[in-house]
Amino acid sequence: MKDLSLNELHQGLKNKDFSSVELTQYYLNQIKDLNTDINAFITVDEEKSIQQAQQADQLISQNHISDLTGIPIAQKDIFCASSWKTTCGSKMLDNFYAPYDSKVVDLFNKSGAINLGKTNMDEFAMGSSNETSYYGAVKNPWNLDFVPGGSSGGSAAAVASGMSPAATATDTGGSIRQPASLCNLTGLKPTYGLVSRFGMIAFASSLDQAGPIAKTAEDCALMLNVMADFDERDSTSVKRDKENYTQSLNASIQGKIIGIPKEFFNDELNDDVKIILEKVMQAYQSLGVNFKEISLPNSQLSIPVYYVIAPAEASSNLSRYDGVKFGYRASNYKDLEEMYLKTREEGFGDEVKRRILVGTYVLSAGYYDAYYLKAQKIRRLIADDFTKAFTECDLILAPSSPSTAFKIGDKTEDPVAMYMQDMYTISTNLAGLPAISAPAGFINNMPIGFQLIGNYFEEAKILNFTHLYQSISDWHKYSPGEVL
Amino acid sequence: MTWDIVIGIETHVQLTTKTKIFSGASTEFGLPANENACLVSLAYPGTLPVLNKEAVMKAIKFGLAVDAQIAEYSVFARKNYFYPDLPKGYQISQFELPVVNHGYLEINNEGVNKKIRILRAHLEEDAGKSVHGIMDNKTGIDLNRAGTPLLEIVTEPDMSSAKEAIAYAKKLHNLVQWIGICDGNMQEGSFRCDVNVSVKPSGSDKLGTRREIKNLNSFRYMEQAINYEVNWQIEQIEDGHDIIQSTVLFNPDSGETKAMRSKEEANDYRYFPDPDLLPLKISQRDIDLIRSSLGELPEECFKKLTVDYKLNEADASIIVSDKKTYKFYQSLVASGLDAKITANWIVGNLFAKLNDHELSIDDCPIAQEQFILLIKRIMDQTISNNAGKKIFDLLWEDPNQNVDTLIDTLGLKQVSDLSAILPMIDEIIQNNPEMVEQFKSGKDKAFNALVGQVMKISKGKANPGQVSELLKEKLTKS
Repeated sequence: MKDLSLNELHQGLKNKDFSSVELTQYYLNQIKDLNTDINAFITVDEEKSIQQAQQADQLISQNHISDLTGIPIAQKDIFCASSWKTTCGSKMLDNFYAPYDSKVVDLFNKSGAINLGKTNMDEFAMGSSNETSYYGAVKNPWNLDFVPGGSSGGSAAAVASGMSPAATATDTGGSIRQPASLCNLTGLKPTYGLVSRFGMIAFASSLDQAGPIAKTAEDCALMLNVMADFDERDSTSVKRDKENYTQSLNASIQGKIIGIPKEFFNDELNDDVKIILEKVMQAYQSLGVNFKEISLPNSQLSIPVYYVIAPAEASSNLSRYDGVKFGYRASNYKDLEEMYLKTREEGFGDEVKRRILVGTYVLSAGYYDAYYLKAQKIRRLIADDFTKAFTECDLILAPSSPSTAFKIGDKTEDPVAMYMQDMYTISTNLAGLPAISAPAGFINNMPIGFQLIGNYFEEAKILNFTHLYQSISDWHKYSPGEVL
Repeated sequence: MTWDIVIGIETHVQLTTKTKIFSGASTEFGLPANENACLVSLAYPGTLPVLNKEAVMKAIKFGLAVDAQIAEYSVFARKNYFYPDLPKGYQISQFELPVVNHGYLEINNEGVNKKIRILRAHLEEDAGKSVHGIMDNKTGIDLNRAGTPLLEIVTEPDMSSAKEAIAYAKKLHNLVQWIGICDGNMQEGSFRCDVNVSVKPSGSDKLGTRREIKNLNSFRYMEQAINYEVNWQIEQIEDGHDIIQSTVLFNPDSGETKAMRSKEEANDYRYFPDPDLLPLKISQRDIDLIRSSLGELPEECFKKLTVDYKLNEADASIIVSDKKTYKFYQSLVASGLDAKITANWIVGNLFAKLNDHELSIDDCPIAQEQFILLIKRIMDQTISNNAGKKIFDLLWEDPNQNVDTLIDTLGLKQVSDLSAILPMIDEIIQNNPEMVEQFKSGKDKAFNALVGQVMKISKGKANPGQVSELLKEKLTKS
């Protein structure tokens, strides 16, 4: 059952081959078997999930079935879900039960999908390895000594290990695509504004975007069909007609052009990754796609720009965790100031503190112009590079991650080395563009993905290209058991 | 040495919107603590601000009323600081690009007109409040007010006395109520001023160091605070001390201003554009639409009263000091009453009475149609002005009475009948030859005494204007 696609699960439910309760119980059992080793879930609530499955079965029995009705989906613990504990991977919210659903969770509920549990993540989505979680590191199902990537490492590990058919995730600098790459999955970060941020706990508001992590492009399309919806409660949500992302999955891409940015395919690119990407290009060539070298001259500045803007926004977004209204509060303090200091000292982990400090610094009087304002200007230039590039090509091919997964603990002492994990993904967040990572092969038995970047709201085109690649390749079909 | 006083004012005007500026929670005042604290007010994780268009509309309305530029593009920014009644740890405000720029308000201080430039007005959210003393050793937080829309209106340092500052504040207070953007309730904090005060040697171009008096919510306190502050600053400088830029609070009990602890004000607010909100774009069409709904402003009404109705400036400015009074006055004039007599009655009698009882025009017990009837009876000379005052007092005591019935039952009908008045005049002339002599030798006082005598024997019912006319005629003829 764990190799079935979302569509196959849908057919099975529709044909009454199995019920939603049976399906949900199957995955809950998988979690029981595997989660102790992998640590992909922070919260599992069998009773709640089964209850939802019973309701789904009722709907199905009345033939009220849509694409995801009755199918269990794991939710990243960044999405508030009514009466579920929502921690965002932090001690600060270890006692937090949201009294409301995020828009994303609400949409899945309305589609009849089952909330299978809340997945582990880097604390407040700050990290590229899932090691900053208060709930412990998540293990890569392909090798338990390795990281699954981050910050959506729990979602990726849950799907890769067969504990969930698909999962929600968020991507601020690569948090969907890098774990997808490291766990042999397909992960889509949509255009900024396509999926509502309401009820999604903020890290860096101008960069955060929710999307799916699943096994295939087709599964991602089915997930996105549910997730993409205008929401008046999010002022940055974009009002546009709903699209059906599965409709054009098989459209011909004959004669289309993929841009190859010279700044990514340079000497810095790992040789093994380069070979893998060349094979991806050969596959696309066989589908009739042409290639064109393009330039993204400012992309090299993405990491420094990101590490000014994201911490700046985070330092402000995380001010609300002060022990006054909800979440953790230190137990011993003599006055208000000490309550603040101790609460935040004890409630936040090191990486979060590091970013709050950086963010506070770059926004300070006297430094704002030199850091924040300058970063915003370069951000504009980075976006302009892409706009120009898309006049010459349909999509852009890029690496997803600089390498395969690294060992747990390898980069924890070197934040900058950790930050470099996102060197190929961050520029699209800064520009607000959609991008996907999909399985491209293995290096030393560990998976790695390739990335396709599209113009604004061209998710359908990205999914189309990826789906056709997956129709002539097998990488996405491998699961950890077969390789190990 | 003489000194120039330099004053600038920042006013926080609470906008009368039904819901908060960034959420759907109610703005109703006076509810139990935290009744209006919705999830956005509480800054729950994942909640987001959504701008209330009504607040923007009211800001534009204000901008148009002070002849300011409405920014096509303005930006909401976060002002970051930690305080328990600031749930997000930042206040959403406007910083570099406010919605309203460069307007002015013309004030009249003791007969002198002066333009006070308004540098800017920006939208922001109010904070909640900390409640002390209900729980032992604990502070309560009430977030009902958190997120209430405010328009902060900032002047240039154009005022040079406490009197001018008060004139400005009163004028602004009237205007924001007039155009319907604020209820003006100062006790509830709907209109509060921060006043920046500095002094410099007379004629000097260099501004002195300023101190900011925070949170003044009464005109009386404002005047006391400014006067105290000015004297204090002059004394300091004359004693050889420097003024240190600081924030001060006014203590109404002692009448003194006192600097806050420096720790309370040493804040780097780390302003930056709020990424949760799109820049605010306002089209010319929106502006035109709001302009068309603006209606007459106090300035135009004042002109109408002084030019068209020929009222004196003092009466006119009292009538336009409040839109309700103006509307009341206009409806009286529209019902056919004389503009001047009506103005005299409103300013002289009605207002005196209302002020005595600390009532507003809304609370006036006398029904409008009785008030109109009363003035009509004075106009058509049925009763004298003095009889009118008597009836007015009686109506105030018992609003159920009718003017005409009162005139009849009290016998206040004025005698304007020549055949009744002439014999009385003859009688008085005959009985007071001495006074007549005095009048003829040029003593005006004697004439008034003779009029008084006639009124007396008519028991006050004779029309005094008519009496004095007829008497004069008789005396100069004879």
